[in-house]
Amino acid sequence: MQLSTKHLLGIKDISAADISLILSTARQFKEVLQRPIKKVPSLREVTIVNLFYENSTRTRISFELAEKRLSADTINFSASASSVSKGETLLDTVNNILSMKVDMVVMRHSASGAPHFLAKHIPAAIINAGDGINEHPTQALLDAFSIQERTGQLEGKKVVLIGDIMHSRVALSNIYLLKKMGAEVMVAGPPTLIPKYINEALGVKVEYNVKKALEWCDVANVLRIQLERQNQVLFSSLREYNLAYGVSKKLLDGLKKEIVIMHPGPINRGVEIDSDVADSNRSIILQQVENGVAVRMAVLYLLSGK
Amino acid sequence: MKVVLNHTEFEEKIGQLSQSVLLKYPQLDDVVFIGIQQGGVTLADEIIDSLQKNDPLKKIQYGQLDITFYRDDIRKEILAPDIMNLPFSIENKNLVLIDDVLFTGRTIKAALDVLLDYGRPAKVELCVLIDRREHRQFPIQADYVGMTLPTDKLDKVKLIKDGSGNKHVVLVQH
Repeated sequence: MQLSTKHLLGIKDISAADISLILSTARQFKEVLQRPIKKVPSLREVTIVNLFYENSTRTRISFELAEKRLSADTINFSASASSVSKGETLLDTVNNILSMKVDMVVMRHSASGAPHFLAKHIPAAIINAGDGINEHPTQALLDAFSIQERTGQLEGKKVVLIGDIMHSRVALSNIYLLKKMGAEVMVAGPPTLIPKYINEALGVKVEYNVKKALEWCDVANVLRIQLERQNQVLFSSLREYNLAYGVSKKLLDGLKKEIVIMHPGPINRGVEIDSDVADSNRSIILQQVENGVAVRMAVLYLLSGK
Repeated sequence: MKVVLNHTEFEEKIGQLSQSVLLKYPQLDDVVFIGIQQGGVTLADEIIDSLQKNDPLKKIQYGQLDITFYRDDIRKEILAPDIMNLPFSIENKNLVLIDDVLFTGRTIKAALDVLLDYGRPAKVELCVLIDRREHRQFPIQADYVGMTLPTDKLDKVKLIKDGSGNKHVVLVQH
């Protein structure tokens, strides 16, 4: 069985069979990560460049570790410390790097569609590590992996994404993935942070009351307020946001069932989620980070032969 | 397609292989059995069953090994991995590696690479049902052999399970 695609640009472009293949392969890589020697020789003759045009801690480290665990050679590139600041175009930068015989490109960019542009112009396999407000496919895959690991399956699960849906690439990738895998999806948060026609466009439920959303779901994926992408005032203050839309222990204790709490990080404690929720047994936030390496190993491995 | 071993002959070979292992390790102490996915696991399941019948109270350590991430021709075709399950330490143990067919020796070489990432066994032995001896590409020989089978290089030898669960070995000639 093989992936139907040469690149991973977004969950929108891949099939449910592709997603299942990535998740089942990731399960085997998770086993590799428990061994005394947490490394396999699979990508020994593969060179990968990590092209980060936007800040990242978790994703960059996770990809880098995944590449090293697969025995690939890696080059790290961050825009702030490169010739980009001297005016070089994206295509020129990448072509220069590719002339050094690079096989795969992992890319994060603040412009939506930047990895799609690259995929059209260069022969290397491109993996989108987050593009603007479009997609963050490996985050959605690791979220799905973590839900599967904790609850057994994705099909029929009720998942709510709470917070800044408007500016979140994590939300969009999660919606595409969960719908393709047969889960029910709801988005919740302030009306100013939820796109107006999202219900019709993506087939998700919309709820402006976080308590009701939590009562409905099996899993709540809490998202960060993306202040860096907002150029207008969309809510009055962080404190007010926390009071109206923050996930608190009191809210969860009032539910009739136990739900699973997720967060893609970085967390703004006391804003979208309280510390006693983020650090509780309900939370699988750190498992998400751990699973991220296995999922990224699976993506890199499955795309390395094309 | 030619039947090399029918079900009865297959069962006889399982009995013989199990006896050869018992001759060497009568108490099965410090011995660990590892089947190589997928044909090797099918064979190993049978051998473990046979050893267990011989001593029902003995706790036999048996794991399954997948070589997908270690293949030396990995770039030719990316394959989905199989399940890897070694729920015990192999450090200082006597390992009996089990595969259905020994052909070029490349699978066994990859399996040894996998094992060394798990620890340092005292000794590794190889048990195979069919030995296609004349096609070896690596200096690898088996310690327990069901039978040696002369074949053409392009032939395929397969361990198959029929509808009623009976196992046969067939030769698919080129």
